Amino acid sequence: MAEKTTTELTSKDFASDQMVRWCPGCGDYAILKAMQNAMPILGRKKEDCVFIAGIGCSSRFPYYMDTYGFHTIHGRGPAIATGLKMANPELSVWQITGDGDGLSIGGNHFVHLMRRNIDLNIILFNNEIYGLTKGQYSPTSSQGLKTKSSPQGSIEVPFNPGELAMGAKSTFFARVPDTSPKLMTDIFVKAENHRGTSLVEILQNCVIFNDKVFGDITGKEVKDDAQIWLEHGQPMVFGKEKDKGIRLNGLKLEVVNLGESGITEADLLVHDAMDPDPTLHMMLVRMERPNFPVAMGVIRQVKTSTYNDRIMDQIKETAATSKYDSVDDLLNSGDTWTIN
Amino acid sequence: MAKEHNAIELEKVVIKFAGDSGDGMQLTGSQFTDTSAFLGNDIATFPDFPAEIRAPQGTVAGVSGFQVHLGQVEIHTPGDLADVLIAMNPAALKANLDWIKPAGTIVIDTDTFDKRNLDKAGFENNPIEDGSLDSYNIIECPLTSLNKESIKDLGLDNKSMTRCKNMFALGIVYWMFNRPMAQTLSFLEKKFQGKDAIINANKKALQAGYNYADTIEALTSSYTVLPAHYEKGTYRNIAGNQGVAWGLLAAAQNSKREIFFGSYPITPASDILHELAKHKHFGAKIFQAEDEIAAICSALGASFAGSLAITSTSGPGLALKAETVGLAVMAELPLVIINVQRGGPSTGLPTKTEQSDLLQALYGRNGECPAIVVAASTPGNCFDYAYEAARLTMEHMTPVLLLTDGYLANGSAPWKIKKSGDMREINPPIITENKDNWTPYVRDPKTLARQWAIPGTPNLEHRLGGLEKEEITGNVSYDPENHEKMSRIRAEKIERVADNIPELKVDGQLSGDLLVVGWGGTYGHLLTAVNQLNIKGKSIGLAHFNYINPLPKNTEEIFANFKQIVVCELNLGQFVIHLRSKFPNYSFLQYNKISGLPFTIAQLYNVFNRILETETNG
Repeated sequence: MAEKTTTELTSKDFASDQMVRWCPGCGDYAILKAMQNAMPILGRKKEDCVFIAGIGCSSRFPYYMDTYGFHTIHGRGPAIATGLKMANPELSVWQITGDGDGLSIGGNHFVHLMRRNIDLNIILFNNEIYGLTKGQYSPTSSQGLKTKSSPQGSIEVPFNPGELAMGAKSTFFARVPDTSPKLMTDIFVKAENHRGTSLVEILQNCVIFNDKVFGDITGKEVKDDAQIWLEHGQPMVFGKEKDKGIRLNGLKLEVVNLGESGITEADLLVHDAMDPDPTLHMMLVRMERPNFPVAMGVIRQVKTSTYNDRIMDQIKETAATSKYDSVDDLLNSGDTWTIN
Repeated sequence: MAKEHNAIELEKVVIKFAGDSGDGMQLTGSQFTDTSAFLGNDIATFPDFPAEIRAPQGTVAGVSGFQVHLGQVEIHTPGDLADVLIAMNPAALKANLDWIKPAGTIVIDTDTFDKRNLDKAGFENNPIEDGSLDSYNIIECPLTSLNKESIKDLGLDNKSMTRCKNMFALGIVYWMFNRPMAQTLSFLEKKFQGKDAIINANKKALQAGYNYADTIEALTSSYTVLPAHYEKGTYRNIAGNQGVAWGLLAAAQNSKREIFFGSYPITPASDILHELAKHKHFGAKIFQAEDEIAAICSALGASFAGSLAITSTSGPGLALKAETVGLAVMAELPLVIINVQRGGPSTGLPTKTEQSDLLQALYGRNGECPAIVVAASTPGNCFDYAYEAARLTMEHMTPVLLLTDGYLANGSAPWKIKKSGDMREINPPIITENKDNWTPYVRDPKTLARQWAIPGTPNLEHRLGGLEKEEITGNVSYDPENHEKMSRIRAEKIERVADNIPELKVDGQLSGDLLVVGWGGTYGHLLTAVNQLNIKGKSIGLAHFNYINPLPKNTEEIFANFKQIVVCELNLGQFVIHLRSKFPNYSFLQYNKISGLPFTIAQLYNVFNRILETETNG
């Protein structure tokens, strides 16, 4: 792993000269800014950072970062990022995607990337809609959502990206709304510092085609009761007055009020992001409004070997046992005969 | 060892091993090939196996065959018809009856010729008894029972004993062709290492087969094929897929690039993946992707990162990869796409050979999307054209499609071992410093290739993508004039590759009555037929293409030297479409075959002869 030292770079150094062309008021602006703010904290050189995107509104992201970047094919970002990272494990690789790009056309690559634990970061802009194609329902749209392609309401059951990540053996999953820029920056830093595939789901508002879809989670009035920020090693407390918590009741989670019926913090679950067993993490990512707050922060962060670690082990192992030092040795190996 | 026996010397011979797909015929054929190659025979092989791993036992659909052609003269094909057939059951006999030479020898395992197997193979009567095989030299051998008898004391179960019968058959053939058993004996020790009972049983079965052949009166004499007359050098046997893998390793070494190979298993290309997976210590990153698209995309990502990036597939997989080839054309990154062609369309004939992906390779993408296309034509030159594909993709910064086919991929031939130091240099246009305000789409004025700026290099940060690029800067551009200009530049860039490839050479007559034109894996058959007609004094030459797009610069010059041109392909006429579009003033005759099998020399000889005679008479 390359040494990460702080440099004199500022967030402005990571902004490219290209004009940013998202719709006014789009949540993507906040994400871009949060990313540009995370970069100097991470201290990687600009030339060592690569942003890979597929197709969609979010996928224009690489054009706006003054690093290496590749705006590729719809859904295929994970596969391209995989090859890039395998070829040069020293790079800091960021794969930018959306709910259509990542979970629909690219769903296959998305799950296999996490299963392999390639050491890169997936930033999933989840706005529960297709924006660039002007408003069709996506694999995360809620059932019943009326769009241009579902005038009577979507009849599909939506994916929950966190559930998908757990099923795909993800080693890092975090969730953050686009309305919390500082926390976003913090999560990006944690994602990059995790060795393995880090999936960050951003609840991102599309002002044009799905405005306020997360209003009941991110609205100023409701957010303290509608979100719970999970911190590893801390009890699961939330609410404006920090008077609510999550505890386990049998095989189910439940929301409790501290102080009521003698319930204290000691009764609450303590968040263990590093537990290899994903059972509880799965329950946490499934929490939905209105019965539960939505889990935010780093929900899962498990240490294990990365794909590149395992490749390098095999390369070393083959090198130690191989009979051939060069290609010419190989060509002359086995049965040969000479004509004089 | 058996006693010395008198052997009749043959110039060349074709032997076919045929049995159920579980009978181990591929292994038997390969062993015979390796031993013969080691003795210095020139060789061509053709494994012909069913698409199903274990098709219903005893049926014609389940017959697996391996044909070997060996000679002391130059051998260019696995041969049309077999001199000797080893038929392990009635179905193997049925499937191959049309492919045995008149008066050829057939070794039959009579134990398998019972009512049930005869029915399954579709014989109404037992062909051994009804006289239908009278014109052949039949060697009736109760092979299954003799094999069991020979190894019954080794304590193996019935199934394991039956598995040795291919070695018993090989022993018979080794005696017939006067081959030593030493190589196969040492092969068996390696293959079954740690399983002593299996090693002993196989060895014993091999020796028992050899001794049996030596003893019985049915074989009055054995044959030998003396070593071929090769040019000086060190040789080995090589199969096409192996040649491709090794050519890529040589190209990586000579260009000082690491290999990244992203692939998804598909018949008949998977052996390239298997071969490269053995050689990770050359720094090769071998990635078995989740699908064909991820395979090529991972390779393109690695290309951006500065690797020699390759993906391999067969026809249906190429269809899935098309969009990413387009991105590589737009991003102007190097990428080798190997397509081991098989019978199509759709799933088609996965284990059979065909040349029907040529137009897909040339045109199968959205937009104006030109690519370099090259094709190998022998198992040995799969090495050279894999190397060439790697050289051209890196020097010209644009994808190269390398076409081989099932026949080349699985076939093998002796190969004069190349030295990596003797191969052409490879000079990728890698840029390491930002001078003069570099931008990503500045070009080499000669080749029009842009430079390879690799992530990790300071001051060259840039963004690539599939959106149209502005000339020079590489920024996104929707400008109409820019799009027209860039489309023409991308086309011109491919045309200029013609300056970096050798001229086409003609075999046989350099001018005259008939020019035979072929490309890819049909070379051996076309050459043999043309040579035979040349010996008969006919005015005929062969122009065989390895560089398909762009074509060699002297192509028209060659065409102009002949009165007639016939284009021969294992498809319904794809290269001929390409040639007609490039040379509208020439008229091209066609000879096409689309049966999943290679040409036969006899077919070609007759076709060419007929064209030549029609012209003389007309």
